[in-house]
Amino acid sequence: MLDAIDVPSLAALFDPIPEKYRLSRPLELPAAVGEQELLAELERLAARNASTRTHDWFLGAGTYAHFVPAAVDALASRSEFYTAYTPYQPEISQGTLQAIFEWQTMLCGLTGLEVANASMYDGASATAEAVLMAMRATRRARVVIGAGLHPHYLEVVRTYLGGLGAELVRAERGPDGRSAPLAPLVDDATACVVLQQPSFLGPVEDVAAAAEAAHARGALCVVTVAEALSMALLRAPGDLGADIACGEAQSFGVPMGLGGPHLGFMATRFQWVRQLPGRLVGETVDGANRRGFVLTLATREQHIRRERATSNICTNQGLCLLMATIYLALMGPVGLRRLAELNLAKAEYAKRLVRATPGLSLPLSAPGFNEFAVGVPDAAAAALARALDAGIVAGLDLRAAAPELGPAVLVCTTELSGRAAIDRLVAALAGRPA
Amino acid sequence: MSRADRRARAGNATRGFAYEEPLIFERSRPGRRGDSDPPFDVPPVDPASVLPRQLLRERIPGLPEVSEVDVVRHFTRLSTWNAAVDLGLYPLGSCTMKYNPKVNERVARLAGFADAHPLQPEALMQGFLQLCHELERHLAEVSGMDRVSLQPAAGAQGELAGIMMIRAYHERRGERRTKVLVPDSAHGTNPASAALCGYQVVSVPSAPDGLLHPEAVERAMSPEVAALMITNPSTLGLFEEHMAAIAEIVHARGGMVYGDGANLNALLGITRPGDFGIDVMHFNLHKTFSTPHGGGGPGAGPVGVKNVLAPYLPVPVVRKLGGGEGEGYTLDSDFPHSIGRLHGNHGNAGMLVRAYAYLRSLGPDGLRRCAEMAVLNANYLLARLREAYHVPYDRPVMHECVLSDRGFHEQRVTTLDLAKRLIDYGYHPPTIYFPLVVSGAIMIEPTESESLEGLERFATAMLAIAEEAREDPELLRGAPHHTRLARLDETRAARRPILRWQPDA
Repeated sequence: MLDAIDVPSLAALFDPIPEKYRLSRPLELPAAVGEQELLAELERLAARNASTRTHDWFLGAGTYAHFVPAAVDALASRSEFYTAYTPYQPEISQGTLQAIFEWQTMLCGLTGLEVANASMYDGASATAEAVLMAMRATRRARVVIGAGLHPHYLEVVRTYLGGLGAELVRAERGPDGRSAPLAPLVDDATACVVLQQPSFLGPVEDVAAAAEAAHARGALCVVTVAEALSMALLRAPGDLGADIACGEAQSFGVPMGLGGPHLGFMATRFQWVRQLPGRLVGETVDGANRRGFVLTLATREQHIRRERATSNICTNQGLCLLMATIYLALMGPVGLRRLAELNLAKAEYAKRLVRATPGLSLPLSAPGFNEFAVGVPDAAAAALARALDAGIVAGLDLRAAAPELGPAVLVCTTELSGRAAIDRLVAALAGRPA
Repeated sequence: MSRADRRARAGNATRGFAYEEPLIFERSRPGRRGDSDPPFDVPPVDPASVLPRQLLRERIPGLPEVSEVDVVRHFTRLSTWNAAVDLGLYPLGSCTMKYNPKVNERVARLAGFADAHPLQPEALMQGFLQLCHELERHLAEVSGMDRVSLQPAAGAQGELAGIMMIRAYHERRGERRTKVLVPDSAHGTNPASAALCGYQVVSVPSAPDGLLHPEAVERAMSPEVAALMITNPSTLGLFEEHMAAIAEIVHARGGMVYGDGANLNALLGITRPGDFGIDVMHFNLHKTFSTPHGGGGPGAGPVGVKNVLAPYLPVPVVRKLGGGEGEGYTLDSDFPHSIGRLHGNHGNAGMLVRAYAYLRSLGPDGLRRCAEMAVLNANYLLARLREAYHVPYDRPVMHECVLSDRGFHEQRVTTLDLAKRLIDYGYHPPTIYFPLVVSGAIMIEPTESESLEGLERFATAMLAIAEEAREDPELLRGAPHHTRLARLDETRAARRPILRWQPDA
């Protein structure tokens, strides 16, 4: 090979790199290990992390422990899917392209909107990108944010808006846990309102009122969803007037995986399609008039538009999108609805138990889906520690996110929460023997 | 030689067992189910008794009713329509489509990674935090950077983080700089990331030799320039030989130098961006460190900085406990000058696990071997293809080489035609029409994963196609001829966008 290239040595291939930049020593990295040792090393590291296999699980707060049918990983593990890249060459990427088109269709149905893209990084950045999109669409720079936005989503929105001179206004939380009405905060300079549904602490928000408040002043309504399964039960954001629905679809068959990779999503009305960030797949035909799919409307994107693109996003979350598409195909409308009802029933069961347990309370009265705040008798940290002693990861300490609730824990119940485990959870939080 | 003979000699695929498959929605039959009911061990609840009726939906449109077998066959068939690294050479330039070792998939699926939660107590995620800490250190060593944050979810988000840190740095010094310099050969994400941070993008031309020259940077440089974004090796596959002089010019006027790490594969163990003037850079773990590309992600785009930018790193930061703090690792958000949080959690953790496993499998010698073999392979292909294809900047290359369609203008054969014909030979085409500085660019990155025989077969296919272009240009203009679908009408897709399936639409 060196002869063909006409260089005397392997080292000579690097002659274009001036000598002074060359590394004159080996990299200081641990020596290589074989596959067997590697596996042992990573098993040791993994064993030092708790998981749904080692504990009963009631921690949600944006990442949800749901059951994933075996077919999801089996199909997503086909390396024709996972070792391909962005489908730039449609004739040999129809598998990926058709799956994305199916995802776009499913997401439109779930959100009640007309166009969905081929994913964003996660719920947080999807929310930030939705805000940027609304600012582009309205040419305004003021953003009104409901009280119930996930604190990490809010931080990411702030980061993305950092140098753009936007004004962020946050609504207070009402006594029942829902956001205070947004209408008084919306003015003629407002680009959008952002409402999380259900809110971070669980209560279901009044999306229709938020949309009305936004539209009355020419602003857009952005609804962000962190627990995607709730969409199987609640009216679609688009049906309630949302212009952009975005959020996190990890609940649809994507492992919790320590928080990533997850599946940011975004959908909107057709009129805003040219403002949408990210990849889009469209239907077309080949030379023989056979149906096929291609990446389309790329003139919005960075590789064509460069500094005038709608976003800098390039690589997104294709494989997670595939997992979600497979998951939703397996669940179907009936299975998904039943699962959502089961999640609701588990939460209602747990709430009844909490109400009946001395020392515990439900500080927020508004109804929710599968997540809710529980007031505990002593410090939340102590309650969580008691639960942990009983083998339970009980939820999130709300000391930072909602100090005004007093000592409280955000608890999430899903189909993985067995009734007996719920009983033990409530007993542990209350500090009584189960 | 006949057309069939050529394909038989150089081809990588044959006409196989090809299935048709409708959209999943077209397989739907009322009442069919692919799920299995989880145990319903609590009293059922009528949703309308809990939630106001006007907040409840009646039906979920857009989901099919199909059985598990339907779903499995559907997606298995779809998978057979994809090209993939596991099927063969995927020489997409600047994408580094190297082999993704299977053991990395296995370790990423260990319950302690896959079924763990980002907000569980730190004491219950020490294995993960240790892995993050080690991976940060390894990436810093590989790149010559001082600190690394693993949070960005993709290269473009790493760029965004980098430019935000540069902005924060200037602002803290009381400087309002408004421009970012980007060479004309840069990836589109570079100008898009700078614009997303509110900067005006100024394009800097490369010289006739394909390199960025100090004079061009000198002319564009001013006290208004916050940063230069540079890719080294460039998207032409060339090492930017004047890097130090360029960095000096930018630094002398108070600017920062951003390094796009997309092409880091060529440099592993050979040289380090931190040693040639880069202040901040991102890594594409899905390129250099072999995490699978997933049909368009997830990737991971950690960002590395020199100490001067460390105060601005995204939070939280993984920190090893020291002094009287005890053993272990913690997530620290107490960085008052941080640009803030970029990701809802800790970044694409599953990709971090895979990249860590890759680094441990290769070690220092293996990494260097990657760079050597990647550069050897790219130069070998360039040597084999030079006789048949125009090479716009004919110099020794690093990990990729760029050809063009200039030799085929007379036959009216374009880069697109050449690429589509390559599909008939069973190869995923290279990156085409990029970089923009080369008209009709064909950008080939073979990576280190290919054997000599594999490269030789690909080169033979490319040479055969060049012959076909001269003898039978119509054959190329109609390509691909052997795929399930012929060339797709992209104009129609954009003119009349159909972006979802609708019943009876």
